[in-house]
Amino acid sequence: MLDRLTKARPARPGVSYGAPGDGSSAIISLVTALALIALWFLVTGMGWVRPLFLPAPAAVWGKFVLAATEGVSNSTLAQHTLASLGRVLGAFFLALAIAVPVGILMGVNRVIRGLLDPIIEFYRPLPPLAYLPLIIIWLGIGEFPKVFLIFLAIFAPMAIAARAGVRSVSIEQIHAAYAMGASKVQVIFHVILKAALPEIFTGMRIGIGVGWTTLVAAEMVAAHRGLGFMVLNSAEYLASDAVIMGIIVIGVLAFAFDLLIRRIERALIPWKGKV
Amino acid sequence: MQTLKVSDVSLIYPGHHKGAPVTALKGVNLEVKSGDFVVALGASGCGKTTLLNLMAGFMAPSSGQITLGGRPVAGSGAERGVVFQKHALLPWLNVIDNVEFGLKLQGVDARTRRERAVKNLALVGLQDFHKHMIYHLSGGMQQRVGIARALTCDPAMLLMDEPMAALDALTRETVQELLLQIWQQTDKMYFFITHSVEEALFLGSRLIVMSPRPGRITHTYELDFNRRFLAEGNARAIKSSPDFIAMREQILGIIYGDERAGEREKIHA
Repeated sequence: MLDRLTKARPARPGVSYGAPGDGSSAIISLVTALALIALWFLVTGMGWVRPLFLPAPAAVWGKFVLAATEGVSNSTLAQHTLASLGRVLGAFFLALAIAVPVGILMGVNRVIRGLLDPIIEFYRPLPPLAYLPLIIIWLGIGEFPKVFLIFLAIFAPMAIAARAGVRSVSIEQIHAAYAMGASKVQVIFHVILKAALPEIFTGMRIGIGVGWTTLVAAEMVAAHRGLGFMVLNSAEYLASDAVIMGIIVIGVLAFAFDLLIRRIERALIPWKGKV
Repeated sequence: MQTLKVSDVSLIYPGHHKGAPVTALKGVNLEVKSGDFVVALGASGCGKTTLLNLMAGFMAPSSGQITLGGRPVAGSGAERGVVFQKHALLPWLNVIDNVEFGLKLQGVDARTRRERAVKNLALVGLQDFHKHMIYHLSGGMQQRVGIARALTCDPAMLLMDEPMAALDALTRETVQELLLQIWQQTDKMYFFITHSVEEALFLGSRLIVMSPRPGRITHTYELDFNRRFLAEGNARAIKSSPDFIAMREQILGIIYGDERAGEREKIHA
């Protein structure tokens, strides 16, 4: 018995010996998810937990149908979703357009890196809730400050990823380009930027994830619509079924966007992990 | 007919962490003419790669001068192409786009680009692999793409920094023979760095042996094994001929002496 913990067993044909954590984990994950849902049915069905703390799946589904047709918290689910989607995606594309060039410039230029590094490293670990009041004082309570808060949260990981991506270019690739008559600008656009793409995509995945986690904070003040607003508003009336429904919708959306970016990544960067 | 002239070149690296400065090259003189195949050989730390980087224009010498066609070399340029050991191809481009890359940077029109790339891919025997991705090719094929890419810019000089070092023995011999055939068909200056004495003797029309501490050229040999191969076509027969072997042992003696001296120095340091 102890042998199994201390020694690796000889590998089956086609499996490499001693590779850590090899084998597919998909079925285990699926079983875990199904078991958790079954547990949810069980504890609520048997009445072990009061509906205020954990409403039954049927109640959450009912709330979902109600939200989709008549609406909860003054708007239908589609309207909430569109409002939030606009904020998260607006912030995401704004960050993509600014953070990637900034990150690349930080990677290739010592002065820019020196200027921006302390700023980004200082604000990056701060919780968005901490600087939310400042943003409201500076920018008011309109639509832009909400997008800006999410933008700030996405910006740092994306810029850091792009900057790290610059390092994945090999010095041979750069030297070879120069020895074929490339200019400095050509090396940045045709060699460094392309070599950094895999890391930039990793930054995009982290960024969109961070965007969703900041959504509720962004919709805390003076929002009339949005999934985050819907969750907060429902919580005030202790409508836990609507809260859980909102959480699930945000979770599913975030997961779908992560899958989408991974799909685009596979199509655009087929060389990732092969060189 | 062009000439690259290295005149009394020295290069000193500043010492790291208050260490003493390191003289990588001292008083190096070398002349390479179109049609020359110069091979540099030497123990590690003898400054071969430093010399190549200077000729490529990636570094400026501490003293002395390098000229190409009478004009001082300042910075890199398309007339001096470089082939590296590995990691120099662009994985996001397919084979033919990699080969065209240099001409694209220079703003050459698409048709001329394609024509020259097709010609040079045929020269290295990759005419059937235009659309393949780099990471689907073997190491030997990747090196051939690297050579075709450098040739496509039509440089006056080809600088090669151990281009065969990462290849297995069989592939290496094939690419060596291919390189000699290309050399025969092109009127360029070749400068080739290697660790392998056999490769150096087989490829070079001139061999320079370099020694470390400080890096310098200690021996120069004029060779004709490459011409004999191009005339007779049997590489193994040449590499196992008595004069080839005698020469190989003589040069190995020089390099082993340098390597052992280097080891002793490290132990005593």
